[in-house]
Amino acid sequence: MTTTPSALELRVAAVADAAPGIRSVTLERPDGRRLPAYPPGSHLVLRCGERTNAYSLTGDGVDPDAYRISVLRIEDGQGGSRWVHDLRVGDPVEARLPRTAFAPVSRAAKHLLIAGGIGVTPILSHLRAAVRWGRPVQVLYGFRDGYAAHVDDLRELAGADVELLPELDDFTARLEEVLVVQPVGTHLYVCGPPAMIEHTLSRASELGWPESRLHFEKFGADVLDPGDPFTVVLDDGEQVEVPSGTSLLEALEKTGRSVPHLCRQGVCGECQLSVTGGRPLHRDHYLTDAEKAAGDALMACVSRADGPTLEVSLS
Amino acid sequence: MMSTATIATATPTSELLAGFPFPFPEDRYRYSTNVQPAGDPVTTPVGQWGRAVVDIDVEYAAELADRAEILRRDPSRHAVLPHMRAAAWDAAMTLMRELAAAYPASMRLERLGDDRWCWNNDLLGITQELTYGDDSTLPEEPLRWIAGQVQEDIVLLDQREQLYGDAGVVTFAADWSFGFDVGMSFLEIHGPVPRIHPEGIIKRAHDFLMRLQPHQPYRRTNWSMTIGRRLDVSTETYPEWGSDRERILLVDDETFGREVHLRVEVQHLIRLPDSGAVMFLIRTYLLPLEALATVEPWRERAATVIGELPADLADYKGIIKYQARTAAWLEAAGR
Repeated sequence: MTTTPSALELRVAAVADAAPGIRSVTLERPDGRRLPAYPPGSHLVLRCGERTNAYSLTGDGVDPDAYRISVLRIEDGQGGSRWVHDLRVGDPVEARLPRTAFAPVSRAAKHLLIAGGIGVTPILSHLRAAVRWGRPVQVLYGFRDGYAAHVDDLRELAGADVELLPELDDFTARLEEVLVVQPVGTHLYVCGPPAMIEHTLSRASELGWPESRLHFEKFGADVLDPGDPFTVVLDDGEQVEVPSGTSLLEALEKTGRSVPHLCRQGVCGECQLSVTGGRPLHRDHYLTDAEKAAGDALMACVSRADGPTLEVSLS
Repeated sequence: MMSTATIATATPTSELLAGFPFPFPEDRYRYSTNVQPAGDPVTTPVGQWGRAVVDIDVEYAAELADRAEILRRDPSRHAVLPHMRAAAWDAAMTLMRELAAAYPASMRLERLGDDRWCWNNDLLGITQELTYGDDSTLPEEPLRWIAGQVQEDIVLLDQREQLYGDAGVVTFAADWSFGFDVGMSFLEIHGPVPRIHPEGIIKRAHDFLMRLQPHQPYRRTNWSMTIGRRLDVSTETYPEWGSDRERILLVDDETFGREVHLRVEVQHLIRLPDSGAVMFLIRTYLLPLEALATVEPWRERAATVIGELPADLADYKGIIKYQARTAAWLEAAGR
């Protein structure tokens, strides 16, 4: 058998404060065996008490001795980050195999890596791989002064190719300069707070970057807005109310229905449902633009209705 | 030329039957997105297949000698575009791990230190120390090197907005040309296949591959027919085998049953864990009709499927000239 079971039983091997409010956690197999490899930019889905949360891995993914994540504590979040911050050395942790959705493009002439705040985690993973394979790379890292994680790692890996930008104005100004001087065939990868990702992508777009060369990962401080309430009509005719602040997936689970799911963040694609009526409001990172436009499927964990009702099929 | 392109085998029929992946689950064959998780063995009336993503059988030495000779004659069967170097290493490492897992008695991969490994393949007498990612530590380009140790053909698909066939070692192509297709998109490569485009099959397969995750390999089967025990029926060698499709109509029944083979590909689809490329492994099995007919459920099923196959599919598979005779031969073998 060559298929690796999707559940991994791990143990906390080390915890450390990477910056104020940011905890780095090292996870290993209890028996010390090496862990399954993963492409740069992959995330690890952890069972955090009652919830499952996805966190970016910071290694290059080759023959890993451990999985390393760095997590920003969000006091008013859903509890996943607080759960991670409470982990102690020796604690058991249940994880799923790493999943890839933000991998480097091998044919890129250069990799322009842009990190904001805790969004540095997948960028660090990308940088490690770029250095390993000798790929041209440049890093911009914007953060709040005094709250930067992994600065030493970035510096050690790429020296002068890493620019640290603790002032927002400096970051914005430097981004403008950097976006217009890249060699043809450069791919841009950005991870950080939603506003920063949006700004980077829209400026790149306005400056003529093709969409196929722009890649983003909306993790970190990303918290979806609670959304408007709507009614979902199931294929058996039953109607279920989905209040603001409750996901379609949670609303269906409350009725006792089981919907396959993993990440609850619109990333893994497990909870896809068919839409048979009404218009979905897509908020996932899984479906392609074409699939979103077709409007016949949605991710129940994050997406909602664009209107008062939505008809979905659970079969 | 002919003697190297056609494997002269003295392999007993029982060995060929035992590992044969009979490809017809029902009485009618159409293209579908027929993928399933890899690794679950399939039990047949006479044996088993599908335990591992790499399969070594009694033909190992003969097929690898055949591959080496084909590569020597025609270098276009091997290509690794420059951006696929990491994927080629990833493929080599993944295949060593798979070989060691499936054949621990004869294959071993030992970690010596960071990125330092020692590989042992006792079947070929290979002991090789290597540094992952350092081409100078292998005697050949990594993909070509590992292709000399597996019976599978290998295609590596690079993932950009689509998947592109940007690297591979393919010596046993069934009526296509790797050298012609290299660098094409997955959808372009499959352009000539009838029905799969309007029916959305190829788009679904592409979407599936784009989302394939590491350590969760899948597999599918495909099939056609080949005259003679010939693995290399590539476009490049068409002048050697193309006329067999007419010649076979003139031979007697006994010769027909010995020469006409059901050709089955077990294809494994693997997301490589370091590079993120998709590795396509194509393992080809040939079984002569006379051997197939010794397994009654296979004879009966194959006769029905081949007799019913619509003309466009039979034409694409290159069997339309001898489709009717094959079905009739299989029918007659049961009487």
